[in-house]
Amino acid sequence: MKVLVAVKRVIDYNVKVRVKADNTGVETANVKMSMNPFDEIAIEEAIRLKEAGTAEEIVAVSMGPQQCQETIRTALAMGADRGVLVKTDDELQPLAVAKLMKAVVDEEQPGLIILGKQAIDDDSNQTGQMLAALLGWPQATFASKVEIAGDKAKVTREVDGGLETIEINMPCIVTTDLRLNEPRYASLPNIMKAKKKPIDEKSPEDMGVDTAPRLTTIKVEEPPKREAGVIVEDVAQLVDKLRNEAGVI
Amino acid sequence: MSVLVISEHDNAELKEATLNVVTTAKALGGDIHVLVAGAGCAGVGEAAAKVDGVAKVLVADDAAYEYALAEPMADLIKGLAGDYSAVLAPATTSAKNIMPRVAALLDVAQISEITEVVSEDTFVRPIYAGNAMATVQSSDAIKIMTVRGTAFEKAAPEGGSAVVESIAAAGDPGISSFVGRELSKSERPELTSASVIISGGRGMQSGDNFPMLERIADKLGAAVGASRAAVDAGFVPNDYQVGQTGKIVAPDLYVAVGISGAIQHLAGMKDSKVIVAINKDEEAPIFQVADFGLVADLFKAVPELEEELAKIGL
Repeated sequence: MKVLVAVKRVIDYNVKVRVKADNTGVETANVKMSMNPFDEIAIEEAIRLKEAGTAEEIVAVSMGPQQCQETIRTALAMGADRGVLVKTDDELQPLAVAKLMKAVVDEEQPGLIILGKQAIDDDSNQTGQMLAALLGWPQATFASKVEIAGDKAKVTREVDGGLETIEINMPCIVTTDLRLNEPRYASLPNIMKAKKKPIDEKSPEDMGVDTAPRLTTIKVEEPPKREAGVIVEDVAQLVDKLRNEAGVI
Repeated sequence: MSVLVISEHDNAELKEATLNVVTTAKALGGDIHVLVAGAGCAGVGEAAAKVDGVAKVLVADDAAYEYALAEPMADLIKGLAGDYSAVLAPATTSAKNIMPRVAALLDVAQISEITEVVSEDTFVRPIYAGNAMATVQSSDAIKIMTVRGTAFEKAAPEGGSAVVESIAAAGDPGISSFVGRELSKSERPELTSASVIISGGRGMQSGDNFPMLERIADKLGAAVGASRAAVDAGFVPNDYQVGQTGKIVAPDLYVAVGISGAIQHLAGMKDSKVIVAINKDEEAPIFQVADFGLVADLFKAVPELEEELAKIGL
C-alpha cells in the first residue's frame, strides 16, 4: 500500500507571533518555520505502518512556495520515500489544498492518506475532511489509534466526551490528533540520505486546478490584551479576593 | 434567506452548545431553522422547537444518523443547504468532523470557529491559537461556519414555539460504521459549559493527585480540566484538555494549578472572566494573564484552599 502524507510549512510552534503593523497579516520575515506538529505525527504514523509491513511507500506532499521543499526534506529525513511539491506563491486556502491534493491522489492512487487534524497557523481544521468529500472516501479525524486490517481501518478518535472508535473502508483519510504517536527525530545520516531522495515539482496550472481564494482577509489584529493582575500573599487572601472583590465564589 | 443551525445532541438531550449558535444565527438575520439528525431523537426536536428565536425544526430520524458519522451526515446537510444563506454548527469535535465535508461537497469554503458576525458575509475568527484575530469576507453563496461558543451568549432554551417537520433521510453511503465509545463519566459539569473550572498541569506530578482538585471542584460546582502536558503525561484522559487543540473555555472563574501557561494552553482559557494561577515558579507565563496569582507549592496551597473554602461554608 502506498501512503500519502500532507505536510505544511508553518511558523514554528514556539514562536510568539506578531501582527504586522499594517494589519495585513502576521510577521513572517526572519521567523523560524517548521513542519506543522500534527503533520510530523502523520509522517510518523506512516513510517510505523511501513515498519510494520502494512505500507510499502510513503509520499510526502507539500504545497506553497519553494521553501516548502525544506518541509518535504524533513519528512524524507524522518523516513518518507519521496516528495511532491505543488509550487505556488499564491495564497492557498483549505478547499484549494484539498483540490490540489485530489489531483495528486488521482495520479498516485494511494491506499491511505494521513494529514494533521489542523495546521497551527490558520487553525482551520478542514483539509482532511474536504479531501475525503472530494474523493468520496470515508474519514477518521482526530485519530489517537489506527489499526489497518485488510480493506478496513479501525480508528480510535478523540472526541469531546472521551474516545470513539469507528471502522471505515479503505482507501480512507485519517487526520492525526496529538496522542497518536510521538514523532521521531531525524538522525544525521538520514538527513544526509534525504538529500538524495526525489522531489517531484508541479504547479496548480499544470494540474488544472482553480485555487482562487474564497475568503478575503480584510484585516488581522491583535486580540484584546489581558492586564496582569495582582500577586496575593496567601490562600486566605486569595479566597477573600475571589469572594469579595471578584464575586465569583 | 434563512439560516440553518446544525444541532448538537446525543439523541436524548439537546446540548447547550446549540444555544450559542442560535444566537450567532440571530446576528445573521433571517429565519432560523434547526436540524436535528439522529435516531430516536424526537425529544431533541421538541426541545429545539422551544428555543427562543427558532422558526422551524427539521428532524431527520434514521439509524444512519445515530452516531453522527461524517459521511451520512454530510450527505444529508448538503441536500438541505441549498435553501439557506448560511449553515452554522458549534465548534465541537462532532461538527468539526462533519462541516468541512459539507463545505467541500458544496464547493464552498468553511469559516472555522467564528467569534463575531460583522455582516452577513464578514466574520472574525482567531488564528495562530488566538494570538491574532482575522476579519474575513466570504464570496461564497452559502456560508458554512463553525461557531466558537464562548464568543456568543446562549439563546433562551424556552420561549420559542417552532414548527417541527420530519424530513426524509438521505441514505448511508455504507463506508463507515460505529464501533464503540469510551466516554468519561462525571457528576461534575461539562468543561465547555461550566461556570467554574479548576485545571491541573504538569506540576500535579501524577494523576493520583487530581482528586485534590476534584475536592475543590465539588466545593465550587466546578469542572476539572488539564493542560496538554498533564494529558500527554497520562495523568487524565484527553477530554480534559483545555487549549488550542483541546477545548476552548471561558468560565467566570478559571483556576490554573501547576500550569506554566504555554501559549497553546492560554489559547483555550484566556477569555475566562477571572483567572487564578497557583504555581511555585514566579516567572511562569500564566501569571501574565492571571487576575490573582499565588506563588506557592501547590501541594501546600491546594489543601489550604480546601480548608479556606470550608471556612466560608463551601
